[in-house]
Amino acid sequence: MKHLLSIADISKSQAINILNTAEELARASDGPMKKLPTLRGRTIVNLFAEDSTRTRISFEAAAKRLSADVINFSAKGSSVSKGESLKDTAQTLQAMGADAVIIRHSASGAAVRLAESQWMSGAVINAGDGTHEHPSQALLDAFTLRRHLSHGAEDLAGLHIAIVGDVLHSRVARSNVLLLTKLGAKVTLVSPPTLLPVGIESWPVTVSYDFDAVIENVDAVMMLRIQLERMSEMFFPNAREYSRYFGLNSDRLRRMKPTAIVMHPGPMNRGLEITADSADSARSVIVEQVTNGVSVRMAILYLLLAGATEGEGVTA
Amino acid sequence: MSLALPAPDMARAITRISHEILERNSGSESITLLGIPTRGAHLAARIASNIEAIEGRAVQHGTLDITLHRDDLRLRPPRALMPTVIPSLGVEGRNVVLVDDVLFSGRTIRAALDALGEIGRPQTVQLAVLVDRGHRELPIRADYVGKNLPTSQNQVVRVQFTELDGIDLVSIEDGPAQ
Repeated sequence: MKHLLSIADISKSQAINILNTAEELARASDGPMKKLPTLRGRTIVNLFAEDSTRTRISFEAAAKRLSADVINFSAKGSSVSKGESLKDTAQTLQAMGADAVIIRHSASGAAVRLAESQWMSGAVINAGDGTHEHPSQALLDAFTLRRHLSHGAEDLAGLHIAIVGDVLHSRVARSNVLLLTKLGAKVTLVSPPTLLPVGIESWPVTVSYDFDAVIENVDAVMMLRIQLERMSEMFFPNAREYSRYFGLNSDRLRRMKPTAIVMHPGPMNRGLEITADSADSARSVIVEQVTNGVSVRMAILYLLLAGATEGEGVTA
Repeated sequence: MSLALPAPDMARAITRISHEILERNSGSESITLLGIPTRGAHLAARIASNIEAIEGRAVQHGTLDITLHRDDLRLRPPRALMPTVIPSLGVEGRNVVLVDDVLFSGRTIRAALDALGEIGRPQTVQLAVLVDRGHRELPIRADYVGKNLPTSQNQVVRVQFTELDGIDLVSIEDGPAQ
C-alpha cells in the first residue's frame, strides 16, 4: 500500500490490518507513552483546499504523536484553475521534500490525480475529495463499530447499520458503504429519494424512505450532515419536515435496540438531522469517534510511512 | 540443521533462569517480567509460571512491543504491531526483567530500553534470554542466559515453543549465503 485514496482500492485483510494496528496504537497512546519516535524525520503536509476542523487536526495530532514534522498548507483563496493549481502545489511540496501529502479538495478525484501524476513522489492520503470518498472517516467509523459491537470478532459480520440522510452529497456515506459491506455488515440507506444518487440500485445496500420502519432493527445509526453548502436546489420542502421524517430524536432513540449506538461524522447541525438530546445521549459515540480518529490516522500513517518507501533500499 | 537445545534441556535452562532471577532479586516480590513479542512473551510466561511454582505466589508479568521504537523500520515493509501489556503495578521502581528468545545484535534490547523509558523509571532493568548467539552490535549483555550458542553471521537460530509451533526446540539452520 503506497497511497490511501479510496476504500475501493483496499482489501478486507488490509482494512482489518489497519484496524488492528489502530487498536495497538490506541493502547500505546492511552498510557503515558503519548509520543512515539516512529516517524521521526518524516515530513507530512496537510494540504487542505476545503474547510475542515476535525480531519485536519486529527491528522495533525496523529502525525505529531508519531514524531513526524507537519506542515499545514491551506490552498484556500487560490484563483488559479484547479488542475494547474494542484500541479504547482504538488511540485512545491516535492521540492520541500514531503514524504506524504494529506489532501482535502472540493473536486472529486483530486487525490487520485495527485497520486497518479508524476508531480511528486510521496504518499498521498485522501482526506475527502468532493462527493467521492473519505476513507479515513470510514475506517474510524468501522473501528468504533468494531469496538462496541463486534464482540471480539475482527470484522463486522452480522451487524446491520443504517446510514441516514444526505447520501447524495456524502463522501462519508460512499466510503462507509464500501467498507462496512466489505467487512460483512448489512447496510441500509435511509433518505428522501431526492437525496439519493443516480445508480443507487447498483450499490450493495438496501434503501428505505421510512426511518421509523428501520430504526428498531439496526445495531447502529450513522447520521449524515445535511450539506447546505453543496445544495443549490431544493431537495426537501423545509428543515422541519426533514427533521420530522429523517431526523434522529428522543422518540426514535427510545425505540432502538438496547445495545444500538448513534454515530455522526461531524460537524452536526443540531436540531436538523439530530436533536441535541440524541447527540448527547448515552448511546451517542460521537465524541469517541473523534478520539478513535486519531488512532486510526496514526495507523494509516504508520503503515504508509514507517516501513521502507521508494528509494530506500531493502537490505536486512 | 543442527539441534542445539532439545525440549528437556530447554526446560532445564528455563528453570535455571527462573531460579537465578529469584536469587538475584531476593524473591519475586519486586520483579516485573516483560516479554518481547512474539517468542519472548511466551518465554516470560514460562518463567512466570516457574517462579509461581517455586515461590507459591504470582509474579507480575506482561509484554512489551518494541516495534515503534526499532531503528530498522525503514529497511523493511511495515511490520505488524503486537500487544503491550503492562501488569497492574507498572514499572515504576520495579526490578524489570526483559525477556527475549534470542540475543543477537542487541538492537531489539536497545529499542526495548527506549520503550520502557516511555512507560516509567524502573529501579533496575535486567535481561533474560534463552539463547545468546553473539555478534553484538551494541554494548549490551544479558544477565541470565539459557545457553551460549556460537554461530556464524549467516546462520539462523530458530526457537520453537509448543504454544506456537507444537514443539519445544532450539535449532541452528544455515541461512542464505550473504
